[in-house]
Amino acid sequence: MLTADRVIAASLMVFSAYLMWHATVLPIGWEGSSGPGGGAFPFWLSLVMLLASGGILVRSFVSGSESDKPFFDPEMIRSVVLVCVALIVTIGAMQYLGTYVALIGFLLWYLRIFGGHSWALTASITLITPVFLFFFFEVTLKILLPKGVTEPLFLPLYAMFF
Amino acid sequence: MDVFSLLMDGFATSLSPLNLMIVLLGVTAGLFIGAMPGLGSVNGVAIVLPLTFIVPPSSAIILLCAIYYGAMYGGAVSSILLGIPGASTAVATTFDGRPMAQQGKAGLALIAAAVASFVGGTISVILFTVFAAPLADLALKFGPAEEFALVLLAFTTFVGLGGDDVLKTIVMICLGLVLSTVGLDLISGQPRLIFGDLPGFYSGISFLVLAIGVYGIGEVLHTIETSKTAPQVTPARITFKELGAGFRAMNRLWRTMSVGSFLGFFVGMLPAAGATPASLMAYGIARSTSKKAESFGKGNIEGVAAPETANNAASTGSLLPMLTLGIPGSPTTALLLGGMVMWGLVPGPMLFIEQPDFVWGLISSLYTANFAAVLINLALIPLFVWALRMPFTVLCAIVLVLCIVGGFAPSQKMHDVWLIAGFGIAGYLLRKADYPLAPLVLALVLGPLMEKSFRQTLIAEQGNVLAFIERPLSGTFIALAVLFFLLPLAKYLRKSPKEGVAPAR
Repeated sequence: MLTADRVIAASLMVFSAYLMWHATVLPIGWEGSSGPGGGAFPFWLSLVMLLASGGILVRSFVSGSESDKPFFDPEMIRSVVLVCVALIVTIGAMQYLGTYVALIGFLLWYLRIFGGHSWALTASITLITPVFLFFFFEVTLKILLPKGVTEPLFLPLYAMFF
Repeated sequence: MDVFSLLMDGFATSLSPLNLMIVLLGVTAGLFIGAMPGLGSVNGVAIVLPLTFIVPPSSAIILLCAIYYGAMYGGAVSSILLGIPGASTAVATTFDGRPMAQQGKAGLALIAAAVASFVGGTISVILFTVFAAPLADLALKFGPAEEFALVLLAFTTFVGLGGDDVLKTIVMICLGLVLSTVGLDLISGQPRLIFGDLPGFYSGISFLVLAIGVYGIGEVLHTIETSKTAPQVTPARITFKELGAGFRAMNRLWRTMSVGSFLGFFVGMLPAAGATPASLMAYGIARSTSKKAESFGKGNIEGVAAPETANNAASTGSLLPMLTLGIPGSPTTALLLGGMVMWGLVPGPMLFIEQPDFVWGLISSLYTANFAAVLINLALIPLFVWALRMPFTVLCAIVLVLCIVGGFAPSQKMHDVWLIAGFGIAGYLLRKADYPLAPLVLALVLGPLMEKSFRQTLIAEQGNVLAFIERPLSGTFIALAVLFFLLPLAKYLRKSPKEGVAPAR
């Protein structure tokens, strides 16, 4: 817990320093009678963030260990990481293989392999979800979801509904 | 026109078939979302917001408010039947709700929660109706200086009253504010903080992206980690006999319920406080003023009634500053505010003048939503018992799919979906390290207003910083803000001499 606290505080410090550097593209000082420049707001707030996260880091060394409870639940962390990876793979696949292929793959993995559900439940959710999404977003709201290489397969459906 | 006739006009809007249907739909959806362990009003509103494009803007807000209401009712269901609060706002309901369920009185506890929610909701909506117009009138006098001072005050309440680690709260407020400046500079129009020169950052970071990430993906990750074993659902069936007994029992608790309602409403108005502390406070007051204090925590119906009135009243209370001042009183209302801005309905006093139909339609829909919620809640209890048996893995999979697609829909950019995933994972880690997320979301929503009002004031006053304290209203707000900011310091100074005596646990 203590190590994680320190790592997070240190990363927040690095991030705020990066934000400060990034904000200096626009003037950060006082621009005569028109008040602060465009970079001032992000710059000085990032400085406060840097100081506050620095304070958290310093405090963790001064006050010592409060609890030695592990930051992650060792039994469950594998599941969390697996879901994060699956999520990233799915979002990556949306651009190239299309939303529907990606989401069907995700649901199949999640329900059948990760969740260990029966084929009947897996199949019904995996099939109903894309159909619902298609009618809700594409047909009703006219929001086209990314199709990637599967675009040609949808042309007959477009012809039918638009 | 007086408030009553305005409200009647509002009912003409909210009782139209479309809006009535929307209220029923929203309340039902909200009840289920609230009843699901882990998902509360804020998660529900974040996940459902992109789906509301399907109805006109004013109806979309009514839908979201109905979901908000329904979720506040629904939170009690999993507190009682599972012993796991449906949302943090229903934590206090588990104290007596769970023991009641274990004694076979789950039905009675659910009735008590529904009735208490209804009483809390109704009293607070009446208070809302009374206070809305005067507060909006007062807010009409606000210039940019007052707006800035008020936003500053909202943030300092997190530092002074939030109860979280002060340094971590400050980090989250600053992070939210800095992220809100990504995109084009409000005054000069020049691009700033365009990370990696990605074109997606030119339009800024939408509040919705952060909210779906933190409250959708982040919440699912948290649920996965904390749900090792499936919880036991206590069966509950409601008969008319029990309904009668429930109403009679509740009829003796008017004092507790009114205290809870008033307390909840006013605590709910504060950005840093809201429904969770309000319900805990109401529970504490009910216990300390009760003649049978020792029966609390062992299944006293009063211990269910008090927090449930307070958390529903608080949810209405937090709508008041959002609608009249444009300053949300809770993360959920911050999302409602963001949604309204997205639809071109900018909350604040001008809304009462320019869009009275919408404002009073919304207020009157709170009455309808409240009424619908209590009926649907009682009628659907068998369905909740069934729905609570749904395995976490099914729920999580569906929520994740909705987050991905719902995150894509508003802007139709994959950039936003990637950001959602990033915010989700970062939010999950920050939450584990006890960084409060509510100030982050509020800061991102209020950031543009804060910067704009600050710089507008300085341009108008030719760079005179004293303008903020010279104007009476803004000066008062700033003074209060300073007070809240110094509060933790004063607490610390008062506590430190004692520390040697009582070692920290």
